[in-house]
Amino acid sequence: MPKTIIEKVWNDHIVYEEKGKPDLLYIDLHLLHEVTSPQAFEGLRLNNRKVRRPELSFATMDHNVPTKNRSNITDPVSRKQISTLAQNCQEFGVPLAHMDHPDQGIVHVIGPDLGLTQPGKTIVCGDSHTSTHGAFGALAFGIGTSEVEHVLSTQTLWQSKPKTMEIKIIGELGFGVTAKDVILAIIAKFGVDIGTGHIVEYTGEAVRNFSMEERMTICNMSIEAGARAGLISPDEKTVDYLKGRAHVPDGKAFEALKRKWLSYATDDGAGYDKTLEIHSEEIEPFVTWGTNPSMGSGISSSVPYASDYAVQSDREELRQALTYMDLEEGTPLSSIEIQHVFIGSCTNSRLSDLREAAEVVKGKSVHPAVTAIVVPGSFSVKLQAEKEGLNKIFEEAGFQWRESGCSMCLAMNDDVVPPGERCASTSNRNFEGRQGAGARTHLVSPVMAAAAAIKGHFVDVRNMLSVHA
Amino acid sequence: MKPINQLTSIVTPLDRVNVDTDQIIPKQFLKRIERTGFGNYLFYGWRFQEDGTPNPSFILNNPLYEGSEVLVASHNFGCGSSREHAPWALLDYGFKVIIAPSFADIFYNNCVKNGILAIRLNEENVNHLIKQSTEHQKKIFINLKEQFVQYEAEEKFTFDIDPYWKEMLLNGWDEIALTFQFEDQIAAFEKKHA
Ligand code: SF4
Repeated sequence: MPKTIIEKVWNDHIVYEEKGKPDLLYIDLHLLHEVTSPQAFEGLRLNNRKVRRPELSFATMDHNVPTKNRSNITDPVSRKQISTLAQNCQEFGVPLAHMDHPDQGIVHVIGPDLGLTQPGKTIVCGDSHTSTHGAFGALAFGIGTSEVEHVLSTQTLWQSKPKTMEIKIIGELGFGVTAKDVILAIIAKFGVDIGTGHIVEYTGEAVRNFSMEERMTICNMSIEAGARAGLISPDEKTVDYLKGRAHVPDGKAFEALKRKWLSYATDDGAGYDKTLEIHSEEIEPFVTWGTNPSMGSGISSSVPYASDYAVQSDREELRQALTYMDLEEGTPLSSIEIQHVFIGSCTNSRLSDLREAAEVVKGKSVHPAVTAIVVPGSFSVKLQAEKEGLNKIFEEAGFQWRESGCSMCLAMNDDVVPPGERCASTSNRNFEGRQGAGARTHLVSPVMAAAAAIKGHFVDVRNMLSVHA
Repeated sequence: MKPINQLTSIVTPLDRVNVDTDQIIPKQFLKRIERTGFGNYLFYGWRFQEDGTPNPSFILNNPLYEGSEVLVASHNFGCGSSREHAPWALLDYGFKVIIAPSFADIFYNNCVKNGILAIRLNEENVNHLIKQSTEHQKKIFINLKEQFVQYEAEEKFTFDIDPYWKEMLLNGWDEIALTFQFEDQIAAFEKKHA
């Protein structure tokens, strides 16, 4: 019987199954960072337990790290969290890319970078955006700290089999429309909890045409649609991306691995519990205007009116969001002025994101009312970008060029948006207070963020790009 | 984790949809390396005003709901991040049961692992509970073994729960100790896939 990739990877990892119980699944790769792991290691210590397979774990520091002066973490609590991870990794033998290590970066950027992320693997991390790794055809999902402890000590997890969902993107994308716009449009169309209880596979022509970086952007935000995981069947692009990476073998072993990887792709005729469709022509560059990722619209439209909504609770939610965002119903999105621009996060901080944004800002200047920062997703992205001279382009335009980390995506370090100010951000969450208490976040693609930095307000980036066709 | 079966408590209504983990516990409080002490920061942005004084209009600051162990909210409660600090904060504050029409997946799991009973009731019943408990502070009775909540004498709602999670909650089991009983199967799997 034809099977989806979701069923194939799941079935391949069942250690134990019994009716009426969740399945016990084997975990191939466990990624760790400093915020959600300390209590898990503490649990091991208290119960005198060890890490079962330290070599299947990989840790880094990303959420708290400074992006300016690495040697000076001003917040003593952040410093403690970072030193605690270093001690825990040493004590339990877990490999660590320390803040100053060349492999350091946002955990969801370095996994693929290093080739740790591979098709057909089960991958977990105490972080909801673990879904990013699904771009490679891995079954990757976020877990809580108790589950982190469970994986550390048993290399397994009890999981109830979720339902499967296909999200099909029909047709080719228009000029200037990016993967970020596609996922924002999907969430706006279907809602923030459409994926609850499901694992999503993204399919369709646009998905096949996407680069691996674009696939990561889509899968990254699966959690924003409520899905625990989102993935894409592997193909030659997946294989090409992984070839030669640090943790990928070469020669004969690679050829064998490649066949295995490709065999995970969904079979023709396999069925899903649910299928949703979106047409590419419906999608234009997107901007969110509210306080969850579904509250967004195409750049040519305006903030909606309460009267557009039939249900009272939706009207109430809109009212609460607009109060927080200090926006009026009917305001054209292109008239919203911003004071901050953040290009970064595990959604959009890869080399291709930085290249595209640089293309927009090249030879122009950041609007005087705007503070704009670029935070590369990993140390190696930063180095590569510098080799290509992207840092120069950004700096000459007036952007600040920073060290890698999560930074202003969740503002746990010093990179905070002040209360009441607005930020055009390439990250994934526009929740109240996410980028700082009282800060107002608008989610956009890297090119839209770059364009807003230049103009001081949102604009349709398609008018600023030259068509290379 | 502590076993949970029956409890009687006043209900605290939180009439909001899509309550995300950044609201439950804002990120500036995630830096502790312990599991305890998060209760003071629960719903921080809503609970306190800019100058740090309690916001009198927020339900948790209403003395009539003091000591409540049951929170009821609208759909998609706990969406957003995987941070287990969210259930830790709820538990540390004193909530042992959360009722909503739906929960985000990871949040739901995180509740079970910490002995918090997350109950899914249909939207209509939840809205009714929210309305009633906003108007007067009445007690609710919860029975996990029999899978029902009782609000008024005639208002008894049953709920579903995965039998495995139910056993865990009723017994307060340490899941890792349970999994160690499958050591042989794990080792066999590793051998086969080495
Ligand atoms: S960049 Fe943002 S969303 Fe991604 S892992 Fe870091 S904090 Fe989480």
